Amino acid sequence: MKQENLCINEMNLNFLSKSANESFARATISAFIAQLDPTIDEITDIKTAISEAVTNCITHAYKSEIGVIYINCKIFENGKILIKIRDKGIGIKDIAQAMEPLFTTGGSERAGLGFAVMKSFMDKLRVSSKVNKGTTVLMEKSIIRRNITSVK
Amino acid sequence: MGINLEFFDNKLTAKISGEIDHHSAADFRQQIDNFINKKKPEEIILDFNEVSFMDTSGIGFIMGRFKTAYNLGIKLKVINIPKKLERLVKLSGIKNLGILE
Repeated sequence: MKQENLCINEMNLNFLSKSANESFARATISAFIAQLDPTIDEITDIKTAISEAVTNCITHAYKSEIGVIYINCKIFENGKILIKIRDKGIGIKDIAQAMEPLFTTGGSERAGLGFAVMKSFMDKLRVSSKVNKGTTVLMEKSIIRRNITSVK
Repeated sequence: MGINLEFFDNKLTAKISGEIDHHSAADFRQQIDNFINKKKPEEIILDFNEVSFMDTSGIGFIMGRFKTAYNLGIKLKVINIPKKLERLVKLSGIKNLGILE
């Protein structure tokens, strides 16, 4: 394995699909990735994408029950950040339709832009889902390394 | 973090501070809509100066208030959107509503 692709740290976070946990999730992940010394803009992009993914779990995947949301986050030597957000909720029947900007089943207070934001604010987005089994959102973003001394 | 409502000269100014997400937006929506129904203002100003973070729930919040105001014949504008929210605002296309100042 090439040196710059080494995973230097990893965390797992499991919590209930309560809306109060939306801020908890994005604050926790941004505290973790702070080790890579990202810029404020990079942190904002990542926080926004996490907030969208977690909100989807709460308002769609577990819309009629409280379930567990699983986040796994890995950071790499070269500044790459991998975030996996998984639920065991109702799943998505038509992923392409769900990812279309402005499409929403969430009612008039939802903009239908969650996936569009994740796609635009992160470098890569992959969504896989099985009806009644759950959904996994995998997001990747590389940040520019300026200081690596904070991680051993 | 919260929403501060000022009513003067039939004008409602809602100053929002802190983070707007799906959780906090529900509370902001309820407070402002209750006020609108009670006082029937002529104009609503949403002041975003103190908003430190928002996701698309903030966009949904603006769109929802726009619809409410439009249906009731109330003028609505959104002011002082911080620079750091510009990327999201641009992507959302809400600039086309003509309510941002």
